[in-house]
Amino acid sequence: MAIQILMPALSPTMTEGKLVSWLKNEGDAVAAGDVLAEIETDKATMEVEAVDEGTLGRILVAAGTEGVAVHTPIAVILSDGEDLAAAATTEAPSVGVAPPEPAAPSPESVARAVSRPPAPAASADEPSLGETQSVTVREALRDAMAEEMRRDESVFLMGEEVAEYEGAYKVSQGMLQEFGAGRVIDTPITEHGFAGIGVGVAFSGLRPIVEFMTWNFAMQAMDQIINSAAKTLYMSGGQMGCPIVFRGPNGAASRVAAQHSQCYASWFSHCPGLRVLAPYSGADAKGLLKAAIRDPNPVIFLEHEILYGRTFEVPVDADFVLPIGKARIERPGTDVTVIAFSRMVEVAIEAADALAAEGIEAEVINLRSLRPLDIDTIVDSLKKTNRVVSVEEGWPQSGIGAEIAAITMEHGFDYLDAPVARVSGADVPMPYAANLERLALAQVENVIEAAKAVCYR
Amino acid sequence: MALAAKSGAKTAAKKPTARKRGKSGPTKSAEALIGFYRDMLLVRRFEEKAGQLYGLGLIAGFCHLYIGQEAVVIGLQATATPTDSVITTYRDHGHMLACGMDPKGVMAELTGRRTGYSKGKGGSMHMFSREKNFFGGHGIVGASVSLGAGLAFAHRYRDDGGICYCYYGDGAANQGQVAETYNMASLWKLPIVFVIENNRYGMGTSVERASASTEFFRRGEPYGITGLQANGMQVLDVKAAGEKAAAHCRAGKGPFLLEMQTYRYRGHSMSDPAKYRSREEVSRVRKESDPIDNMRDIVLETGACDDARLKEMDREIKTIVTEAAEYAQQSPEPDPDELFTDILVEA
Repeated sequence: MAIQILMPALSPTMTEGKLVSWLKNEGDAVAAGDVLAEIETDKATMEVEAVDEGTLGRILVAAGTEGVAVHTPIAVILSDGEDLAAAATTEAPSVGVAPPEPAAPSPESVARAVSRPPAPAASADEPSLGETQSVTVREALRDAMAEEMRRDESVFLMGEEVAEYEGAYKVSQGMLQEFGAGRVIDTPITEHGFAGIGVGVAFSGLRPIVEFMTWNFAMQAMDQIINSAAKTLYMSGGQMGCPIVFRGPNGAASRVAAQHSQCYASWFSHCPGLRVLAPYSGADAKGLLKAAIRDPNPVIFLEHEILYGRTFEVPVDADFVLPIGKARIERPGTDVTVIAFSRMVEVAIEAADALAAEGIEAEVINLRSLRPLDIDTIVDSLKKTNRVVSVEEGWPQSGIGAEIAAITMEHGFDYLDAPVARVSGADVPMPYAANLERLALAQVENVIEAAKAVCYR
Repeated sequence: MALAAKSGAKTAAKKPTARKRGKSGPTKSAEALIGFYRDMLLVRRFEEKAGQLYGLGLIAGFCHLYIGQEAVVIGLQATATPTDSVITTYRDHGHMLACGMDPKGVMAELTGRRTGYSKGKGGSMHMFSREKNFFGGHGIVGASVSLGAGLAFAHRYRDDGGICYCYYGDGAANQGQVAETYNMASLWKLPIVFVIENNRYGMGTSVERASASTEFFRRGEPYGITGLQANGMQVLDVKAAGEKAAAHCRAGKGPFLLEMQTYRYRGHSMSDPAKYRSREEVSRVRKESDPIDNMRDIVLETGACDDARLKEMDREIKTIVTEAAEYAQQSPEPDPDELFTDILVEA
């Protein structure tokens, strides 16, 4: 059975090539693996090897021919016992069907590809706080982890100094004592490696909580977070879930300069396959961290060092879990919507109080979830106030504020009475000097100024 | 170029050969020998077919063939149990077949069809089977090594008796996170067999030009990890080394590192003209050290079976591979609705 050799595609982009030379002549015996010819592609000169055994019956394209289209028959291989005459009536190669034409995308799929897929509806409404106690954010986070570890044996905590030292910021106080070294695990200072180990553990179905001493150090682990944790479910057609929580302090602490003071919210919220949460209050910290641990997906949990010591009323109920994807209106208002997350909620509330004294009622939205983003709450508030100010610690370009500006335009253009104002960190690495650091961070007065500007006051 | 194990190396295995191993044991049974030959031949023929489909434009993008290295994964997986987990990098087709994954599903993923192991969303480098405990198929050089240590960590956390077989190349062995992982794996005594498939070239760069030390089996020494170098072109040598490594891990002694000296005949990926080595070098290895020819000689010399049965086996394998290729061409592309599925697990 004579077999046609077709001009092969030898690179992802090759459509035609030059047949440089033949290394076998007509009549030569050919074994699998023998080099038959040399072909010049758009990238390099490559060798074509025989896959089948037989005799080179006929060369159909002469050496030196340029512009030979991919899939053109270039030679015929004869099996044992066949003669050259048979080469005239070759049958198509066993796999020689043309590649499928890509189906023309339907208008519907095109529309979906360019528009945002619908945000998943919040899984539940906000639960009531019930009985509360006065605790710090630090304690609320610890309680959330401890309660979930009591509830589910597959949950454990790993990170630098989380066990014997009880956390660099004392978040895991008492946990080693309660759960032992098998479930509260000190790692070496090797973020890339232990993030990868955590993701591998999660692929197997366990539920690790991986603490980064600060999110700045997670830059070493970025590949495992994005390429492994976020993308593998999709790349596996839904087989490889990754129930992991990466948590730690994010944003600016105080006087620790550029490599220890950066907000990564917009970096992570960019990526499909992740959930990104940023609590402000103690109830946020507890309810969202418990939701993150129970969620079957990779969750980026952005805490804030300066909030760790703040005290709030926090529910005592071990089943108090906040819905992911739901923002909270911290302070209702009618004149301007101020949207913030994490520590900037505190700044926004302070600014709102000051604005009230001047007769401007600001509505403060605590986003809590950055991916998915609660578009409904943002747009509903816009419809009421017709003015939006976003506040964040991060840099302005491609920041959360930029996303909010786009969303308000896409979903509420007709309701806007003024362009969206963005209050953000200054577009510089964080300076060390006290006066410069203050200038680099969003302050209450910046928010007041922006709110007044959008109210034309 | 020396492909044989360096017997002078302190930690090197004593090289077993089929003829010396004349006593009882599974590898000496005729069926086991034939099985090795058959499994390696399936990988070889599957990869040749994949190369052919690539040439026809039916497989696109990056496609890394395992031709030449078959003895490594076939020999090692013969020492694994169903509880064990397996993870590797992007030269992964052979590992999937060795784990018992269906050639049809693998080939259909290569052609980007809905019946592929990842529904056509992963391609050559990103395929998985939770059912077979095959955890990929990862495209980032070095990343699968720490992921593998995570799988080993989970075996120990669950105390299920399993170990992880973690495969990577001589190129990945130089990555920083691999060193980080050696440290933690040894510190925590994780049950993991690190398998460095030293095929002598990391992409287009020879090991001598990329590695300050090319004794890869010694890379774990600073962390107290025992290493062993073996001839990765002789499947029985591979298996013997694998048995040693697996026994060490299963006994709770922590990780073990194997360096398998092997060779890939094809380019790094399909679009690699392989100008960094001579044609003579490749021909010499094919002629003198081919793992399948080696096994064929053993099978015939030990009288495990005759030439007629081998020919019949060749035909059977050709049929399996041809059917896989037809299935992979006839399966439909993914439904457009699949674009937005499998991004998150719905809680």
